[in-house]
Amino acid sequence: MSEPVHRTLGLTDEEFEKIIDILGREPNHLELAMYSVMWSEHCSYKSSRIHLKRLPTEGDHVLVGPGENAGVIDVGDDIAIAIRIESHNHPSYIEPYQGAATGVGGIIRDIFTMGARPIAIMDPLRFGPIDDARSRWVAEGVVSGISGYGNSVGVPNIGGETVFDETYIGNPLVNVLCLGILPKDRLVLGQASGVGNLAVLLGATTGRDGIGGVSVLASAGFGDDEEDAEKRPSVQVGDPFEEKRLIECCLELLDAGLVVGIQDLGGAGLSCAASETASRGGVGMDFDVTAVPQRETGMEPFEIMTSESQERMLAIVNPENLEKVLLISEKWEIRSSVVGKVTEGGQLRIMDGLDGPVLGEVPAISLHEDAPLYDRPMEPPTNLATRKEDTPEGHLPEANDVSDDLLSLMQSQEWITSQYDSQLFLNTVAGPGSNAAVLRLKHPVSGKDTGRGLAVTTDGNHRWCAVDPKIGTAMTVAESMLNLACVGAEPRALVNCLNFGNPENPNVMWQLSEAVDGMAEACSKFNIPVVGGNVSLYNESQGNNIDPTPIVGLIGVITNLDTPPPGVSWNDGDRLMVIGPPPKGLSGSAWAFARGKRNGHLDQVDYQTHERLCQTIRMLVTQGLVTAIHDISSGGLAVAVAEMAVQSGVGCSLARVPDIESMFSESPSRVVIAVDPEQMQSVEEIIHNQDLPSTRIGLAHGDKFTIKGLIDIELSKIQEQWEESLPRVFESGTTQG
Amino acid sequence: MNPTIGVIVFPGSNCEQDALEAVTSLGADSKLLWHDSSDLGDVDGVIIPGGFAHGDYLRPGAIARFSPAMESVIAFARSGRPVLGICNGFQILTEAGLLPGALQKNRGLKFLCKPVKLNVQTTNSVLTSQTTKGDSLTIPINHFEGNYTCSDETLKELHDEDRILLTYEDNPNGSIGDIAGICNIERNVVGLMPHPERACHPLLGSTDGHPLLHSFIESSRS
Repeated sequence: MSEPVHRTLGLTDEEFEKIIDILGREPNHLELAMYSVMWSEHCSYKSSRIHLKRLPTEGDHVLVGPGENAGVIDVGDDIAIAIRIESHNHPSYIEPYQGAATGVGGIIRDIFTMGARPIAIMDPLRFGPIDDARSRWVAEGVVSGISGYGNSVGVPNIGGETVFDETYIGNPLVNVLCLGILPKDRLVLGQASGVGNLAVLLGATTGRDGIGGVSVLASAGFGDDEEDAEKRPSVQVGDPFEEKRLIECCLELLDAGLVVGIQDLGGAGLSCAASETASRGGVGMDFDVTAVPQRETGMEPFEIMTSESQERMLAIVNPENLEKVLLISEKWEIRSSVVGKVTEGGQLRIMDGLDGPVLGEVPAISLHEDAPLYDRPMEPPTNLATRKEDTPEGHLPEANDVSDDLLSLMQSQEWITSQYDSQLFLNTVAGPGSNAAVLRLKHPVSGKDTGRGLAVTTDGNHRWCAVDPKIGTAMTVAESMLNLACVGAEPRALVNCLNFGNPENPNVMWQLSEAVDGMAEACSKFNIPVVGGNVSLYNESQGNNIDPTPIVGLIGVITNLDTPPPGVSWNDGDRLMVIGPPPKGLSGSAWAFARGKRNGHLDQVDYQTHERLCQTIRMLVTQGLVTAIHDISSGGLAVAVAEMAVQSGVGCSLARVPDIESMFSESPSRVVIAVDPEQMQSVEEIIHNQDLPSTRIGLAHGDKFTIKGLIDIELSKIQEQWEESLPRVFESGTTQG
Repeated sequence: MNPTIGVIVFPGSNCEQDALEAVTSLGADSKLLWHDSSDLGDVDGVIIPGGFAHGDYLRPGAIARFSPAMESVIAFARSGRPVLGICNGFQILTEAGLLPGALQKNRGLKFLCKPVKLNVQTTNSVLTSQTTKGDSLTIPINHFEGNYTCSDETLKELHDEDRILLTYEDNPNGSIGDIAGICNIERNVVGLMPHPERACHPLLGSTDGHPLLHSFIESSRS
């Protein structure tokens, strides 16, 4: 017995009925295909919208909030910054190189769609364990894809972070954040207006790649290998050189004021671009499928309308300007074709020639705003109460030598980040591996240095969120704030990428809802607006859902960037100090998870203390009072200090770090600083005046790494583990493919 | 009068603005020159910047050398005036036959972006005249195909004629003879894989690019 067509396209019976209601008749195959991609989880956020409404989105500097192609904030001097984060998780598991490459391409288009020049990328990545061959194959492909596409298209990759963990073994996460810069007055929105204006398709030809990418691929979990391999044609193929010319062409068109609106073609392809521009502008569109340049012969209209072929843009152009638009396109060797016309009335009509027969007709707005909205059932895990009681501290081993515990947590990501161009545009003051990335802020038109800086960080911690999705997410926001403070930046706006499992599982929906609550609470308390986000659901394989992984991207401004902010490298003779409350508990820590201790509970973030800590840190940093600084997060104090030691090449001897809890606890609002002895008094005064707890923990010195009673090893041993842990596995030649 | 440095722009170039910013900050006038025009204007020196000129799906620079601007660059070089190829620009100069040898994929088959230490081998070129032999300069590299190679005879010529300008202290990519940059026989055409324009601002970690670009600007003046 064969399944009805709508189900094979990923629509439920109820959704099919709703389409019949809207149209007053049964949809034909073309119309059905368009609804199926537009109403997919990936495009419509049908399971998450109801929750996302709780996030605070307003703030003084917000020019464009969620719902557009990117959020936009005002950073002064008539400069605006566009920011967005996206996921390309599912395609990257099936076809790692192209999946990751097209993820980069897609987000870059979202940014220049707003009239902004893309100036930086960051990639939060999550893979299965590095001792798993398939996970290494995925990781290697993803990193090459990001490197191959990003470097060639010419957007520097300035940070992000990579985590290898069992939870991602059948479902990696490939998130990508992009920043763009624009003169405030060039801001454009993706909308059509002016009846009689033309829709011009710019860029690559349309082929059969990526059909159903948002529905069958991005909006379903993974099953067995054979089935997954069959999804490979749903992954798009990227061409960075086409994208590079498309960026330059579109920015030149926008500069010359030749387009009314412009929209990138990403998920759901032309269906999305045509209906979104029309419905945002309150107009309709006649769309000629036969005018779309095709890569292959014999393509059906539904294939043309849902293809996710890359490197394409839809521009709305006044007929008077068409000639000039075509000339600029020609200069950049960009194909351009008139494919439609703006009409009155709000209907999107797909035609076989603009004077020919109508192949399909739907209200443009119905593809978006009538998309189903689900309030899916939510339920906390049944054993939540007992899990909370079962803390890792409950059964600690006797600690005498914990150097192996520390070594297992040390891993430099340089093997990954050195494959990315991190310096293009001469802005990168602090790049990969820093507390936060720091860019010089130059005016996008004059190129004049404003003397100020931008700081960006991405953070996410699935372990915290597995223990408590609400507090874990709040802690993630707090960590981002602290990362920005460490480079002297004030936060301005946040974007998020919510990576969760199957929303039809009530436990997963509960995690999502809790995470949104945690983010909403933290952002409200810290007064940080959320200007955009992405939700990636169905991150599951063979019935196993990933640990909840909300990723946040936080952008801030540095008022005075005369000198580079302190990094993590200290000098011989510096005094070391921890600022912040005493460590509390091991729940959710990397140390505990490595020992299979996944239970326990997290303490609420003390927002007031945290805010005060961030202020104090900014003060110390901007006054140049600290040599080095590092927040305490994944891996706890021990990893923070060891990372500082290996990167400065100077060891340390620490006391007042008495036990495993104080070494590896990841409780929030704590930071390590290294201070020149002569500055110690000023530093302690400031900390005291701010009423913050602090502890002197030791001295930066020599070539050994010592924590009294717990660790006493050569620094070179940590250094070797730090530097070699990734090259050792990736360059051993054991990966597949 | 300040010399004017022209920076050639191919559709896939991406370091053109950086080159412009660096030479401008060192006091030169500068302008971008579109690859499709053979008119170089009246520039005093030419830089071919980094990037991926035509996507470089074939060999890097293999298509770029056919651009109208390159014919003019070849004539400009033959007239003895200074031409500098950085990264993709170096690759294009070898494809165009203005410099010997070729750039192949890095040993390790990975793209590499990181600061490296270079040693100045000779001050006798338009790129190194303001440096001191033996200087150690910290300049970033950023390439997949930066592994310089050439025949034994060419390598011997480069040595004998003192045309190896810069070598890597710790060879990152497998280049023959640790070569990072070379010049032609007349010493007015230079190519190097590292990016001196990325080492011209104290906030960016190194200003060791200054003496190199200064040399080039000064050579353009005369």
